[in-house]
Amino acid sequence: MQSYFMLFISIVLINNFVLAKFLGLCPFIGVSKQIKSALGMGGAVIFVMTMASAVSWVVYRYLLAPSAENIFFSFMGAGKTPIDFDYTYLTTIVFILVIATLVQLVEMFLMKALPPLYEALGIYLPLITTNCAVLGVALLNISDFGMLQNAGDSFFRTTIQGFGGGVGFLLVILLMSGIREKLDNVQLPEAMKGAPIAFICTGLMSLAFMGFAGLVK
Amino acid sequence: MLKEMTKGLFKENPIFILMLGLCPSLAVSVSLQNAVGMGLAATFVLVCSNAMISIFGKFFPSKIRIPCFIVVIATFVTVVEMVMGAYLPALNQSLGIFIPLIVVNCIILGRAEAFASKNGVLPSIFDGMGMGLGFTLSLMLIAFIREVLGSGKIWGITISSYFTNEAFFKPAAVMVMAPGAFVVIGLIMAWMNYRRANKRTRPV
Repeated sequence: MQSYFMLFISIVLINNFVLAKFLGLCPFIGVSKQIKSALGMGGAVIFVMTMASAVSWVVYRYLLAPSAENIFFSFMGAGKTPIDFDYTYLTTIVFILVIATLVQLVEMFLMKALPPLYEALGIYLPLITTNCAVLGVALLNISDFGMLQNAGDSFFRTTIQGFGGGVGFLLVILLMSGIREKLDNVQLPEAMKGAPIAFICTGLMSLAFMGFAGLVK
Repeated sequence: MLKEMTKGLFKENPIFILMLGLCPSLAVSVSLQNAVGMGLAATFVLVCSNAMISIFGKFFPSKIRIPCFIVVIATFVTVVEMVMGAYLPALNQSLGIFIPLIVVNCIILGRAEAFASKNGVLPSIFDGMGMGLGFTLSLMLIAFIREVLGSGKIWGITISSYFTNEAFFKPAAVMVMAPGAFVVIGLIMAWMNYRRANKRTRPV
């Protein structure tokens, strides 16, 4: 298993969510027109992805998965096996509800407790529910580290993957918004303006990021 | 009715014009088989959720309608997931995480909110079919270009021995990797823009 630090580096640079896994493209193209809004979106994504990873891990490991740790099994499991408490078929529905609720909670909490931060992130938060990077990281965590023997290790890896995924998203959307602000001053063929050229730049960036592949074995 | 169906193909093409559902369209367009599988799965969910929401949409309180829509969509996605896992395990394996991610495909939620919640059952079903068809065909177009250039195959079959003869044509592996997907979709979008701009200026 990779060390925690290497896991972080690999999820930020090599297996970047946007450039290598194609997750979170809609906000990436939609909100990368200006550096300021890109920064707000990136911040909100880091926040929500980290929280969603941690919460969905707890939900999966202790409520849905058929293991000895399952709460339903420990309360009502007399004379039954953990397999009787296999609720993994509900994963998709439960995760999307958890994420939607979490986003609402975060929004209400920020509004009350940290108004300046809410001002900065406010309009981006509701959009994040349908950001596939968030549901994507929750599902990837489960298949990658969800059922590791050591619960603490499993939880840390999950959270690091969520946080690193958010940082990677912030990095790429910031770079992209910088490029797009410069692109505004370039004379392009009419048909290439906007999204098409943004996609081609993303392609070049993704090509450049492939150079990091040798960094982690 | 027919108009509801055909608008999804060009005029309101979900990927190239509305720019919705980009993530799956790039991720699964490595080969034609994957593209068709993904397209049909999304179409099924789109038609079912559109029909469901056009019937029951009126009963959802307007403040929590979006979460309600998402639950309806997630239910149908779970159905697709289970059916595919049982009957097409290989396809399920290669689409992987992108099957559960149909839930957050913005096309489906977008149609639920913009069309199905305001229209009757039949128009909604046709709208879902049209949009789904547009999505599937766009996916197939991207996948076709990437598969031919990237691995010299169509539908997993090598086109001709020329494509394995490296002196003549060496498949560019970069096309089936991430950068190729971005460049291909960028160029197709530019072509669609060009086509639309030409149509507008042409004298009638």
